[in-house]
Amino acid sequence: MRLEKRPEPSRAWMVATPVLAVILTMIAGGVMFALLGKDPFVAIRTIFWDPLFNEQFAAYSRPQLLVKAAPLILIAIGLSLGFRAGVWNIGAEGQYIIGAICGAAVGLAFYPADLFIVFPLMVLAGALGGFLWAMIPGLLRVRFGTNEILVSLLLVYVAEQLVASMALGPLRNPEGGGFPGSRNLQQYSAASNGELIAGTGMHWGVVAAFISVIFAYILLNRHLTGFHIRLAGQSPRAARFGGVNPGRLVLFCMGVSGALAGLAGMFEVSGPAGQIGIDFNVGYGFTAIIVAFLGRLHPVGILLAGLLMALTYIGGELAQFMLGLPSASIQAFQGMLLFFLLAVDMLTNFRVRIGRGAKI
Amino acid sequence: MINRRTLLGATAILATIATGAFAQVDKVKVGFVYVGPVGDGGWTYYHDVARKAVEEHFGDKVETVFQESVPEGADSERVMTQMALSGANLIFTTSFGYMDPTINVAAKFPNVKFEHATGYKTAENVGVYSARFYEGRAIQGHIAGRMTKTNKIGYIASFPIPEVIRGINSAYAHAKKANPEVEFNVIWAYTWFDPAKEADAAKALIEQGNDVILQHTDSTAPQAAAKAAGNVITFGQAADMAEYAPLPRVSSIIDDWAPYYIARTQAVIDGTWKSDNTWDGIAKGMVVIGEISDAVPADVKEEALALKASIVDGSYHPFTGPMKKQDGSDWLADGEVADDGTLAGMNFFIEGLTGEIPN
Repeated sequence: MRLEKRPEPSRAWMVATPVLAVILTMIAGGVMFALLGKDPFVAIRTIFWDPLFNEQFAAYSRPQLLVKAAPLILIAIGLSLGFRAGVWNIGAEGQYIIGAICGAAVGLAFYPADLFIVFPLMVLAGALGGFLWAMIPGLLRVRFGTNEILVSLLLVYVAEQLVASMALGPLRNPEGGGFPGSRNLQQYSAASNGELIAGTGMHWGVVAAFISVIFAYILLNRHLTGFHIRLAGQSPRAARFGGVNPGRLVLFCMGVSGALAGLAGMFEVSGPAGQIGIDFNVGYGFTAIIVAFLGRLHPVGILLAGLLMALTYIGGELAQFMLGLPSASIQAFQGMLLFFLLAVDMLTNFRVRIGRGAKI
Repeated sequence: MINRRTLLGATAILATIATGAFAQVDKVKVGFVYVGPVGDGGWTYYHDVARKAVEEHFGDKVETVFQESVPEGADSERVMTQMALSGANLIFTTSFGYMDPTINVAAKFPNVKFEHATGYKTAENVGVYSARFYEGRAIQGHIAGRMTKTNKIGYIASFPIPEVIRGINSAYAHAKKANPEVEFNVIWAYTWFDPAKEADAAKALIEQGNDVILQHTDSTAPQAAAKAAGNVITFGQAADMAEYAPLPRVSSIIDDWAPYYIARTQAVIDGTWKSDNTWDGIAKGMVVIGEISDAVPADVKEEALALKASIVDGSYHPFTGPMKKQDGSDWLADGEVADDGTLAGMNFFIEGLTGEIPN
């Protein structure tokens, strides 16, 4: 058996590999669950089926799927632009945190004024916060040639310290009895990002995620900047000859991904999370990297990948307390998904030949 | 004389009561939401020990479910909702950060009872409970003050919240009483459980000459660091951490939630559960002082046990005046005992402690 490079990536496999990866994950995960002494079929059914169709849970879990997927999709869409162009923003988690802090700070500054303008201003502040935080690694790379992977990643830790000190300091709830954490924005209607239609889980962040998918699709397929992004990723030299300004492209990609991550943080803090706490961030910025690749850096793919990832989270939680699976096994299960995806990815670029190739 | 009709009537009323407000529940499902992994050897581990005790105590009458490593915030709200949907009758949420999510979910499930650890928001179906760990800290502080040779005591604090600040104040007050020369060095780790960070903090404190390490974080990493360094003593936190006895671990504060969890589960079974605010200490057995090891001199051990006895019988409160705040202003007059309200929201250091509470 040997591998033969395809003249160009196979379109059929490009669509088929994610599906194949999911099936392989189910098989390998099933073996792992069996080794843990649980019925693998029940476990797989609990993870993939119950959140969607189980009578007891589905009415609640289905909308939750959107709630959990929205920040992942929003961040992953931004990251995918950069990843296509060879701009590696690994610090979306930090931009997510800063977006949340800025959004919440603006909202809390208006408390308790009941003005229509508060929420739109929070949206702007969230996007701007994420944008500026991403500009630090962006500008450092353009000006001084620093590595944006390292700088953006390390800024995550700075942001984590910042959110903890905000929860204990300036943004602390003055009526919270000295306990850390801001006021709960869910209880401040002008700043609250609640459900738009009751029972659907649809909040502004979900809307923004869908819009970002459409925006990215149009950008990549119909717009010159999108062409530049793809060109820079495939052939940086050709891109330079083609008149692409690499510095501007870096700033564009960092800026968009930062702003979208900031928006995700802002929608999260004003909606599902409700408040700035010490441990506000839960890793959406890092998981979004997986989502971006799982979705093949394609907007529609990312949409589906985000929903799939959300399903493994929500189904994984069900499996944990219904079946008593340890949380580490669910994380391993999610890790398998990425592993198999990268492994079978080879099939898009290579052909498997059985037997010895004919000698000429 | 009771005739047949009144008897029947009375029985009917009793039956109504039995099936109504005081309904006996056939099988109770109790859920637990944990902030760390059940194998953390500290905070979450002991909640899970208590969960197992509930199962053992009630046998087939009670089913328990749990979820570990649940992030505070939106995710915890989903986990609680799913637990309630799965038919749980009583849910214990065991971290401060679950406070608002618990209140939110409880509003949606009026028939499910919730118990939130270490918080302060209650509702018709939400009770709160916590332990007076500061009583144990007083005993630790005494032993630490008597045993330190460098007169420098290191303290790995988690977050600057009242519970942690209370512990530092209580330990310091009693170390100072035992040894006026004593000095406290506090490091804020900003985590409840992070072995790497905790080990770094312990090593830094030991290098600075602290020969007693107190911790308000949940892993055994500081114990391991102290053992490696030698000549440093530690105390188990949340769990006994007996694997590090007799040295460096000379004693411990153990959280024993089992009696409380069993009592509350029983109340749900009996239909007598009511929201309340429980804050128990050593006397009620919620805080247990782990065995004081032989590494502690006999006279120090005796003093520590006497201190414990005086707390248990109520003759002594660890926060008894005169006490001043760090800025020198008066707090407690001579003989005055701190009230629970002030203790619950404690956000200041007492006089003599150096360094600031970060904010």
